[in-house]
Amino acid sequence: MRRTFVILALLTLGLLSYALYEGLVAAPTEQTMGEVQRIFYYHVPSAVTAFTLFLINFAASIIYLARRSPTADALAVSTAEVGVVFCTVVLVTGPLWARPVWGIWWTWDARLTSTLLLWLIYISYLILRRYSTSGQTPVIAAVLAVFGFLDVPFVYVANRLFRTQHPQPVYFGGPGSGADPRMTHALLMNMAAFFCFAALVVWLRFRLERARQDFDETEALEALLQPDARSPR
Amino acid sequence: MSLGEITRVSLAKDLRLEWRSKDAINSMLFFALLVVVIFSFSFDPTAEESRHIAGGIVWVAFLFAAVVALNQTWARELRNQVLDAYRVSPAPANALFISKAVGNFIFVAVLEALMAPLFMVFYNLRSIGPAYELVVVAVLATWALVANGTFFAAMSIRTRSREVMLPLILFPISIPALLAMVSATTAILTGEGAYRFWLVLLVVYDVVFTTVCLLLFETVLHAE
Amino acid sequence: MKFLYAAYAATWIIHITYLAFLSRRYRRLRDEMHDLRKK
Repeated sequence: MRRTFVILALLTLGLLSYALYEGLVAAPTEQTMGEVQRIFYYHVPSAVTAFTLFLINFAASIIYLARRSPTADALAVSTAEVGVVFCTVVLVTGPLWARPVWGIWWTWDARLTSTLLLWLIYISYLILRRYSTSGQTPVIAAVLAVFGFLDVPFVYVANRLFRTQHPQPVYFGGPGSGADPRMTHALLMNMAAFFCFAALVVWLRFRLERARQDFDETEALEALLQPDARSPR
Repeated sequence: MSLGEITRVSLAKDLRLEWRSKDAINSMLFFALLVVVIFSFSFDPTAEESRHIAGGIVWVAFLFAAVVALNQTWARELRNQVLDAYRVSPAPANALFISKAVGNFIFVAVLEALMAPLFMVFYNLRSIGPAYELVVVAVLATWALVANGTFFAAMSIRTRSREVMLPLILFPISIPALLAMVSATTAILTGEGAYRFWLVLLVVYDVVFTTVCLLLFETVLHAE
Repeated sequence: MKFLYAAYAATWIIHITYLAFLSRRYRRLRDEMHDLRKK
């Protein structure tokens, strides 16, 4: 386990560095937007990673509801938290890209709004987990996760129609649309790098959660086995 | 007793209690009225523009009012340990859910029926599209809010700041439905826009989430 | 373009903040385990 982790960490570090170089230097500059377009190489992989993490959260929640395995629950909370982190990155890099390109910080276009809603849904999941006083928090959280994820297609569809009725800025003029292969390469490298990075962080969070689960159980058992202060005579 | 009978009995009980005390209806009504008045300070409801924003304001008002009703859905059951009793009884869990959801639906529907004429007056509304379509939208929209709301209210029973937790988990998930109901209403009032699409979205939303609620309610009931 | 650097920097600041938050929770768990063992 330990060795796999170190290998993954080194691989991630390598990929991230290489991908950074690719994105910032090697990939050609985009015609219409200029250098700022390079934010794309961080923005899009983060979005894809966040979505994948939420998908895993959905699967883990369902498995938890079926099997009640603590491993599934640990995976669920880990992917939700790390997913929210990546989603935050998307929501921060988005406006930073939009401002120089379109002149506005935010636009209620379909994609950004959907991402914001995704973020809100999973934040509400994390808040529920923190504020729940029930002994069965993982069950309730898992149920909410199911609702949340099932909502995602609705969010996307609803926003697509709603926002296309209003004039909106064109998303991007060039990269990906039959574009330069070096751009695609940079994008794919960054995708791979961030996927590995996400796996690493989820692993760390997962281990923490499992340790916390074991500890809480041990603590509870200790408390139960304590000799009673008012010992039976 | 069968599912239908239990549902009916439970629903009748809730309606009778509400009829006698009129707790929920009164607070909902007043709250909705307040929201409308406060919004009137933010937008100037002149005749032409008001048609475009009225849909949004109406549903925001109903949403907040519905939350008032939803928050007290399970309060009585909690106070009297009814949920524990229900858990150990052989009664199907869904009967409880359906009766609560339908009860809430009736409360909010009554609210909407009372508030609709008021809205017409305040915003000088005259619907351009056929008015019966508004009723269709109202039924579907109200069910969307109330079904999920009743379910989430059960989920938030054992949380700190219960009254805040319910809207917190309900609103993000309801946003597609809210978007649909506002857009559909606006489409009917202004006579432009893809009314059919929003209607279909609402129907699909209702079907999907009602199914999920029915499938998972027993789990939630036992998880308290 | 300074927006480009801001975006890349923001990304890593967010990730590092989360990792710091994680390491604080690890430390707290370890402290609690020590306390329990002492008892």
